Amino acid sequence: MWKVLAIDPVKCTGCLQCEMACSIENYGVIATSKSRIKVFNFEHEGRKVPYTCTQCAEAWCLHACPVDAIRLDQRTGAKVVDEGTCVGCKVCTIACPFGTINYVQETGKVQKCDLCGGDPACAAACPTGAITFVEADWAGLNKMQQWAAKTAAAVLA
Amino acid sequence: MRHLILGNGPAGVVAAETLRRYAPEDEIMLYGCEGEPPYSRMAIPYLLEGNIDERGTYLRKQEGYFAAQRITLREGRAVAVDTAARTVLFADGHREHFDRLLVATGSSPILPPIPGIDLPGVTPCWTLAHARAIAERLQPGARVVQMGAGFIGSILLEAFVKAGAKLTIVELGDRMVPRMMTPVAGNLIRRWVEEKGVQVFTETRIDAIALGAGQGNDTAAGPDGAPLLVQLSNGERLPADMVIVAAGVKPNVAFLEGTPVHVASGVLVNERMESAGAGIFAAGDCAEAPDLFTGQHLVAAIQPNAVDQARVAAVNMAGGHATLKGVLAINVLETLGLVSTSFGQWQGVPENQEGSGVEWVDEAAYRYLSLQFQKDRLIGATAIGLTEHVGVLRGLIQGKVALGPWHERLLANPLAFVEAYLARAQYSALLAA
Repeated sequence: MWKVLAIDPVKCTGCLQCEMACSIENYGVIATSKSRIKVFNFEHEGRKVPYTCTQCAEAWCLHACPVDAIRLDQRTGAKVVDEGTCVGCKVCTIACPFGTINYVQETGKVQKCDLCGGDPACAAACPTGAITFVEADWAGLNKMQQWAAKTAAAVLA
Repeated sequence: MRHLILGNGPAGVVAAETLRRYAPEDEIMLYGCEGEPPYSRMAIPYLLEGNIDERGTYLRKQEGYFAAQRITLREGRAVAVDTAARTVLFADGHREHFDRLLVATGSSPILPPIPGIDLPGVTPCWTLAHARAIAERLQPGARVVQMGAGFIGSILLEAFVKAGAKLTIVELGDRMVPRMMTPVAGNLIRRWVEEKGVQVFTETRIDAIALGAGQGNDTAAGPDGAPLLVQLSNGERLPADMVIVAAGVKPNVAFLEGTPVHVASGVLVNERMESAGAGIFAAGDCAEAPDLFTGQHLVAAIQPNAVDQARVAAVNMAGGHATLKGVLAINVLETLGLVSTSFGQWQGVPENQEGSGVEWVDEAAYRYLSLQFQKDRLIGATAIGLTEHVGVLRGLIQGKVALGPWHERLLANPLAFVEAYLARAQYSALLAA
């Protein structure tokens, strides 16, 4: 059974441990600007919302890639960018209606959450349980994915 | 059941793969006409820059992939379709029978009918063959004149500049990328490339291309012994080693003449990607499908749209039922390192149609954002220098997400578009809790 990142914004305090853990895991430095998970600040509402790729079944990024650089990791279910193959055309960044695959100017490639190969650093670092790594059939996740699906207004009806 | 797919670009390949999944027993034939393995034109600028080799442009990189999928790859150019007999006639004289036909023939560069367009050294940059020919002539100091600063022309710039060429762009429109960028955005891109040493002429035509001094029988005095001399409508005469024609493309649909298939600029299809010809479908750059907002037929020539259309067409060809709810025009472009995107109805709609919009610009940092609304829904956007989470602009537009109070918030601060998306499309229930 594939596991997925489940995000409960209500539990997020905005400590940015997840962003720091992500940048260390992927780039070996504490640099929240490099993080593949982002915490958004809602001042009016007094809330923080962590946000990253949900590894959606539709995989718009994967379908949109012109050079076969985004593949499904059969073991984890993650959609993974192969940096050696990515040409940096950025077509995936406008194909993904969730905005969770982003171009990195310094590398000339795109980056997205790859679930750290099955042991996501953000979830491990989160002190409040706002980010957890759970079985894919967890009920809260279904709720989240329904929201995501509604947003995308499913091209394939 | 035999499925015949004309065109082995992204639409053709994805259609073939989708058919294989939905119709495991059917016969699938995929025809290309360039004598290359299926590859992506999107990758050609990166090939010219030397970032990748030719294999890097291939759509599928595993050895023997198509054979393993039982997809038969063939080479041939379709010249006519007999819809009664259900056959396609190819240029070499052979015919192929089909039960279902997918027209995924893409498009070809437009070569404006000007004197000298057929001279050696004058070429579009559209195929791998073109790329090879250009690479041969591309040397430091080479004088390159490029006709057109549209989407393709503006992507190509970088390869020429990186190779050390001296580049001049000649664009007919009043700004760069006029069919994708607002005036502010187009002019920002122009200033950016000019700062990098590219000469740009707008509202200017190339009237003629001639052989330079000492070339062939032409006695016109070309300065600096250039092989070509380019005559502009503003009176300038530019010496050139190479002229790149990037003046737009047109769908490859001529072979459908005389069939019941309706063709405007491309093949007109419905939301199932069916044409007016029985059993004949179309997808990708040669197809005109209904626009998400206006319902008018639209060629939205970019890979994500091509593959969405291909998947819908293939499901229906396999006897299933799939629809495309409407095509959204989306584009992303990198011009000498400056990233720009446009989505949907980026020009906006008038106030009397409940349109509203906001433009934000930081000229010095080359950052720009325009958001266009109808009522409280985002219908279009243009962005420059913004690469973080731009996909949510598509999510908001395609989802026709009601922004509620976020409409006013975005008019005041358009840069809060990701927050607006999260609040209205992802976590509204949770945030309201």
